[in-house]
Amino acid sequence: MTADEPLVEVTDLVKHFPIKQGILIDREVDQVRAVDGVSFSVARGQTLGLVGESGSGKSTVCRVMLQLLAPTSGSVRFEGQEIAGLSRRQLRPLRRQMQMIFQDPYASLNPRKRIGQIVGDPLKLQDVASGRELRMQVQELLERVGLSPEHYDRYPHEFSGGQRQRIGVARAIALKPKLVVADEPVSALDVSIQAQIVNLLDDLQDELGLTYVFVAHDIGVVRHISDRVAVMHDGKIVEEGTADQVCEHPRDDYTKKLLAAVPIPDPRESRARRASSSAA
Amino acid sequence: MSPAPLLSAQGLRVGFTTEGGLLQAVDGVSFDLAAGEVLAIVGESGSGKSVTAQTIVGLTRSPNARIEGSVRLGDTELLDASETELRKVRGERIAMVFQDPMTSFNPVYRLGAQIVEAIRAHRDGVSKSEGRARAVELLDSVGIPDAERRVDDYPHEFSGGMRQRAMIAMALALEPEVLIADEPTTALDVTIQAQVLRLLESLNRERGVATILITHDLGVVAEVADRVLVMYAGRVVEEGTLDEIFYDPQHPYTWGLLGSLTRLDRPRPKRLRQISGAPPSLLSLPEGCSFRPRCPHEFAKCMEMPGLEARLADAPSHCDRCWLDPERKREKREVGGQIGLEAPA
Repeated sequence: MTADEPLVEVTDLVKHFPIKQGILIDREVDQVRAVDGVSFSVARGQTLGLVGESGSGKSTVCRVMLQLLAPTSGSVRFEGQEIAGLSRRQLRPLRRQMQMIFQDPYASLNPRKRIGQIVGDPLKLQDVASGRELRMQVQELLERVGLSPEHYDRYPHEFSGGQRQRIGVARAIALKPKLVVADEPVSALDVSIQAQIVNLLDDLQDELGLTYVFVAHDIGVVRHISDRVAVMHDGKIVEEGTADQVCEHPRDDYTKKLLAAVPIPDPRESRARRASSSAA
Repeated sequence: MSPAPLLSAQGLRVGFTTEGGLLQAVDGVSFDLAAGEVLAIVGESGSGKSVTAQTIVGLTRSPNARIEGSVRLGDTELLDASETELRKVRGERIAMVFQDPMTSFNPVYRLGAQIVEAIRAHRDGVSKSEGRARAVELLDSVGIPDAERRVDDYPHEFSGGMRQRAMIAMALALEPEVLIADEPTTALDVTIQAQVLRLLESLNRERGVATILITHDLGVVAEVADRVLVMYAGRVVEEGTLDEIFYDPQHPYTWGLLGSLTRLDRPRPKRLRQISGAPPSLLSLPEGCSFRPRCPHEFAKCMEMPGLEARLADAPSHCDRCWLDPERKREKREVGGQIGLEAPA
């Protein structure tokens, strides 16, 4: 293993979902090409941003990359090791290296479990800690993500959306993973709270040397947090480059269209843009 | 601005009795909406912006709700109106578009049928075929391709953006004077959002529909609004024209909202500027200014709640609730060359 070897390398990844018809005999009549030949790599300690609209395949890429869904074909190498096609048992020790943060902070936390249990379960399941040691580690994690150790015995419904997302972040970093995949982690949050979570993820990356794959449809947020950005459309990556390259000098027409649709929070510039687009 | 506003809310207060006590969701909101104007109400979740909108059309009436103040549409007082009177106002004079285009249509009826139903409920003597023709015309006017055929589709056959347009088409069916759009683009992709915003803008410009746009996204506001109300914890904390709010914001909360936006047209900052902390619980508001616990510029006077007043000599319609001296504000809001809220000490 060399230092400049990427942490994750995805090559020609394909995920097709069959469309079936028929009652007794399921005939496959067509396929949804959710991911249709995607390749990228993520360097250690860096962030790859995946942007695209609903249905572009960005969430499916994440799930296939983490082997939560089996790929139709293609390769996913994690620290040089091929993980596509590994059995659940073979994957289990690898799972602690790769964790996920989900979009909906309301649906991704079990309402019947206390915060301590939600954040502590990964540690318990992977036999990292138990008993008093577990409680201490969880409380440290809560503090690290900007919550208080006293929140240990509370339930998810007692928290706001932003706080819940912090709980989701604590759970994801509990096992000190190398890779964190964040699937639209801020899109359900208010703008001012989005900034808090983005800054938290930034800080954790510096402290823990995390590598992120950050998925969002908001290209502004993606540009802010990412080193490199890949734009997805119809299951394919249409453009990839450094965040500033892609956002300031887009080459692909779809990327240009996506950038042009982002509202500019500046009335004068927004008026100027509308005037020039209606003149064109 | 015309002397008699189309819609006027004065001292609107909406409280809900809950197990934890009286929850004052809206506490003294006043505004005038002129004909043909687009008023944006901006704020975080729980700021009371949606409750304000829903109360206008009588959707918050319930045994545990306490509604005070006045909302007048022309000569009609809406808060005292009976359900029968309100039913005439809704759709006919004020129409509403909701955030979630997935749940605002009934999934088991064809879209066209739902639009026809809305028309026929208000217009006696409109036949089904006339209603259908009107529905086709409406869908066509909001840019649904092949409207003649799509009018018989079910809601699930439409994409999110098309459904939101169909929702707007239905809202326009009776040619209302006021359109209330509650987060109309929040669930949509940016390219679709841009289309829906263009549509709202053209409705406003071409048909003169006065619009109340509720959103938490200042980018959306910059694209369409004429005037802006910024709400925080149930109160208006700043009110002004679009340019006043963006270029001369007076309330630290507004600075925070503006500062936390990511801007594609600027070089990216090392860190996003954030508003620290979370909005207060409406059941236990802090003493004095409700933004005080999150505000880095707090001083002794903030223990007293400031009124919503014009504090700038040259802008009588630009009001805010902040005790800071306007000259000092202009210094304090500049953070790294841009408007923002500095990190708490």
